[in-house]
Amino acid sequence: MFDFSTITNWIDELLQSCMAPWAVVLVEGLIIGVLLLLLYALIALALIYAERKICAFFQCRYGPNRVGPLGLMQPIADMFKMLIKEIISIKDSDKFLYGLAPFLVILSSMLTFGCMPFGKGLLTLDFNIGVFFIMAVSSIGVLGILLAGWSSNNKFTLIGAMRSGAQMISYELSIGLSILSVVVYAGTMQTSQLIAAQEGTWFLFSGHIPMVIAFLIYIIAGTAETNRGPFDLPEAESELTAGYHTEYSGMHFGFYYLAEYLNMFIVSGIASLLFLGGWMPLHIPGWEAFNTVMDYIPSVIWFFMKTAVIMFIIMWFKWTFPRLRIDQLIKFEWKYLLPIGLFNLLLVTLMTVFGWHF
Amino acid sequence: MEVKVDLKSMKHENFKDNEYIEQLVKELREGGTNVIVGVLDDVINWGRSNSLWPLTFATSCCGIEFMSVGAASNDMARFGFEVTRASPRQADFIMVAGTIVHKMAPVLKRLYDQMASPKYVIAVGGCAISGGPFKNSYHVVKGVNEVIPVDVYVPGCPPRPEAMLYGMMQLQRKVKVERFFGGANKKEKTPEKEDK
Amino acid sequence: MSSIYEKIKAIVPDVTIEENGLSMIVVPSKAMPLVATYLSEKESFDSLVALIGNDWGESLGVVYIIDSTKTNERVVLKTSTTDKENPTLYSVVNVWQSADLNEREVYDFFGIRFIGHPDMRRIFLREDWEGYPLRKDYDASPEANPVPETNEYNADTTISLQEQEDGTIKEEERVIFSPEDYVVNIGPQHPATHGVMRFRTAIEGETIKKIDPVCGYIHRGIEKLAEGLTYPQTLHFTDRLDYLSAHQNRHALCMCIEEAMGIEVPERAKYIRTIMDELSRIGSHLLLYSTLCMDLGSITAFIYGFRDRDKVLDIFDDTCGGRLIMNYNKIGGVMADIHPDFVTKVKNFIKYMPKGLEEYHSLFSGNVIAKNRMVGVGVLSKEDAIKYGIFGPTGRASGWANDVRKLEPYGVYDKVEFDQVVLTEGDTYARYMIRLKEIEQSLHIIEQLIDNIPEGDYAAKTKPIIKLPEGNYFKRVEGARGAFGVYIESKGDKTPYRMKFVSQGLNLIGAVDHITRDTKIADLIAIGGSLDYVIPDIDR
Repeated sequence: MFDFSTITNWIDELLQSCMAPWAVVLVEGLIIGVLLLLLYALIALALIYAERKICAFFQCRYGPNRVGPLGLMQPIADMFKMLIKEIISIKDSDKFLYGLAPFLVILSSMLTFGCMPFGKGLLTLDFNIGVFFIMAVSSIGVLGILLAGWSSNNKFTLIGAMRSGAQMISYELSIGLSILSVVVYAGTMQTSQLIAAQEGTWFLFSGHIPMVIAFLIYIIAGTAETNRGPFDLPEAESELTAGYHTEYSGMHFGFYYLAEYLNMFIVSGIASLLFLGGWMPLHIPGWEAFNTVMDYIPSVIWFFMKTAVIMFIIMWFKWTFPRLRIDQLIKFEWKYLLPIGLFNLLLVTLMTVFGWHF
Repeated sequence: MEVKVDLKSMKHENFKDNEYIEQLVKELREGGTNVIVGVLDDVINWGRSNSLWPLTFATSCCGIEFMSVGAASNDMARFGFEVTRASPRQADFIMVAGTIVHKMAPVLKRLYDQMASPKYVIAVGGCAISGGPFKNSYHVVKGVNEVIPVDVYVPGCPPRPEAMLYGMMQLQRKVKVERFFGGANKKEKTPEKEDK
Repeated sequence: MSSIYEKIKAIVPDVTIEENGLSMIVVPSKAMPLVATYLSEKESFDSLVALIGNDWGESLGVVYIIDSTKTNERVVLKTSTTDKENPTLYSVVNVWQSADLNEREVYDFFGIRFIGHPDMRRIFLREDWEGYPLRKDYDASPEANPVPETNEYNADTTISLQEQEDGTIKEEERVIFSPEDYVVNIGPQHPATHGVMRFRTAIEGETIKKIDPVCGYIHRGIEKLAEGLTYPQTLHFTDRLDYLSAHQNRHALCMCIEEAMGIEVPERAKYIRTIMDELSRIGSHLLLYSTLCMDLGSITAFIYGFRDRDKVLDIFDDTCGGRLIMNYNKIGGVMADIHPDFVTKVKNFIKYMPKGLEEYHSLFSGNVIAKNRMVGVGVLSKEDAIKYGIFGPTGRASGWANDVRKLEPYGVYDKVEFDQVVLTEGDTYARYMIRLKEIEQSLHIIEQLIDNIPEGDYAAKTKPIIKLPEGNYFKRVEGARGAFGVYIESKGDKTPYRMKFVSQGLNLIGAVDHITRDTKIADLIAIGGSLDYVIPDIDR
């Protein structure tokens, strides 16, 4: 399997040889930053296109097919449009917070995005509290949403923001518990080590029943965390016009739009990191020939494929299920998901202590 | 200079009554075109014309036909009209589908004011164009252009979904020939700052 | 009728009877509360079908059409006042709840104020509107009421007239929303109100405390317009009232005129009308399925419903030339014969639709989230359904068998056999399910008729100028969302003296506040979707 760290190390050495150490860090930081930003925008555009097409196929439609071949240029056209759209400033709103809110949302998803293991050797941030860091920065997003709702001086946005606050904080618990189960099982929080530990078999298989439960909880809570259907109450179109971002126009709205899709990618990415081995190919102990063949598929493709599958499932949810009501949503979390998650954590701990896993 | 405003969906010749758009292009191009700005304009207008998001707005019968336009058999998503926004801030054009009455007129005006520039209006159906069958009523506005400026009129009672798509494509053409860097994006003047 | 008259005469001696098309019992306005209470409590006349205001030149008054749900008898009352400066009548709200919005409508159009009504505000027109448009002496010049440019001001208080012990009438101020209420405007431009309805909703957190519906954002003054047009010209308005049951509405008006004129409609036309009625019922119920699903967030189900509805519209398109507004019925029959492909297309549709219904059930009806959202939400009891005058599928979902097709058969409904679907739960889920079950019944009706359309004329010959004999006429049909009635008062001219469309929508809106009390905002959307009101039908 090709290790991308050979390239990155080569660049690093090249820079080291001609620059002062502080300049090396600066230049490398810049390169990585630009690359991540580019990737971020590209993935968001691809996702917007994918969602529109997938949703169209679910609904016996064609979806975009006029702009560019197969409608591939549709999100780019949307982006152009969004960029030049007027940004309306609202009377009697809290101007500073109103302007800050979309940036908080995009900041949170950018920081989390930086922790994604895109491939072997393609890990930007890798330190011993990796998963903890992901959880921490992804929670900033809710702040952006709450502020957006509050500062817009609009009753719909306020209701949307309050719903969103209640929802995201509740479901973060379940996400935390299922991540904690993995951490307990793996014994580490470092992203690279988590992946390395899944070289033999992915956690989803080696941890059997408790891990499957944790995975399901994670997917459900993750869908809720990204405010997507059937948990899309904060922006429930038929109830609250557009929810917390009702008053945002132009690129400010574009940020929310991008962040929504990117958050879906991030949730799926973390799911594949924690349960499906990140970029690690599918290995079945004992089947050496099979494992070698699997190793020929590049690690980047493995990661994106796993993520794509999970994203497809999340989209499938959205285009099939109706929306929950707020009290049902909260009840579902506090009465079912959270107790199951806690019990599952106990199970995982016992399993790890007594070695009841493969 | 021959003017041709093609869409991928439909060629210039296939549209009826092209005099209007030709006239518009002539007016807009009178001062000549700056090459760099012109190219930029083309790119931006390509984006704008292919990503017109309607506001979910309907008052009566035409609204149901507008829903049909979005449904499976007509599928306006093909042209990029897909993302109907419920919030006027995020919409690009408003389909005035149905009669506008006295009580609704200030609301419609307000909705239009809430939209972000560049914004467009399509008047759908007889009622929105002129008051239609209810022209003599005491409570009906005789055409939405009394309230807000209209870009495209789609006649019919109600217009068929095909007619609505045609009207939306006409709007695409209109957007395509406009010049973004010529002030065409901002239709109204910024109001004088009021002292509070 | 005459026996009822005798009985009323026994308590109020100075009532008279007017035999003129409908036999009306004329009650002096003072005695109206007494008669109303007597009818509802002693004689079980519990369902107010219509409340029609009118201006007879020298007097202003109201016609009440009241049914008994037990004996299916009908009584028509009339009361009037000659005071045109400050007309007042007695309210019947405390007897028949559905009179609430209807009396406000009469106030709005004729300026008659009702003593004892809790909330005397305009309902359709703006609060600053000058004059009462349906009065014969109304000044319709645009200068009197120009297109307003300012936003409407809605007061949080209202006026109620109350009779004091000593017989004087005093205005009382009533509070709708107190300053502490957190009032959210749902509508007029809101994706879930299905048009331009506006609910001023007081909420506490997510819980709804009170709803004050504001109508009139699509009030086009059809009833006033109809008074200036000949009878054939008035027909096209019916299609634009409740555009989803365009055929049925027009059927009602045609039948009312035909009955008054004594025109015999050919058998073929009756068959075609019945089939068309049922097709539009299917179309309308499919639209309800679609929009309800969309309101609950299931957009795929919305598209599925529309996909199948388009098949119905294609059938209309072939024969009538229109998809939504067909203009197909005319006085004496239908506009044109059916398209050669009609029978085959309808048969294909009958074969296709049950599969579609199965798909709906597996996609949405059985879904656990959908069930949680709908089961037990917004329960309307049978008593309340009668009290609020909720006819149609919504009333039948509460257990009230009120199908006009069974009660007063018209068209060829007496020749086909079908079940009147009645559910007893009365919740949103029942209202949703009853629509899908009625689609099955409609298919069953069409199945029986489609092969037996008799040969012959599709329309009777009528005179070029249609003049209705003097009198009052009332006719009801079963529209897709309930009984749709047409009341015509003729003075023997080419144009009607008063034409009133008794729509179901206004009663549905009247019940919204009652049903949604203490539910969540999201429930309001679900309940509103399942009540299936069409706004132009309410506002007219």
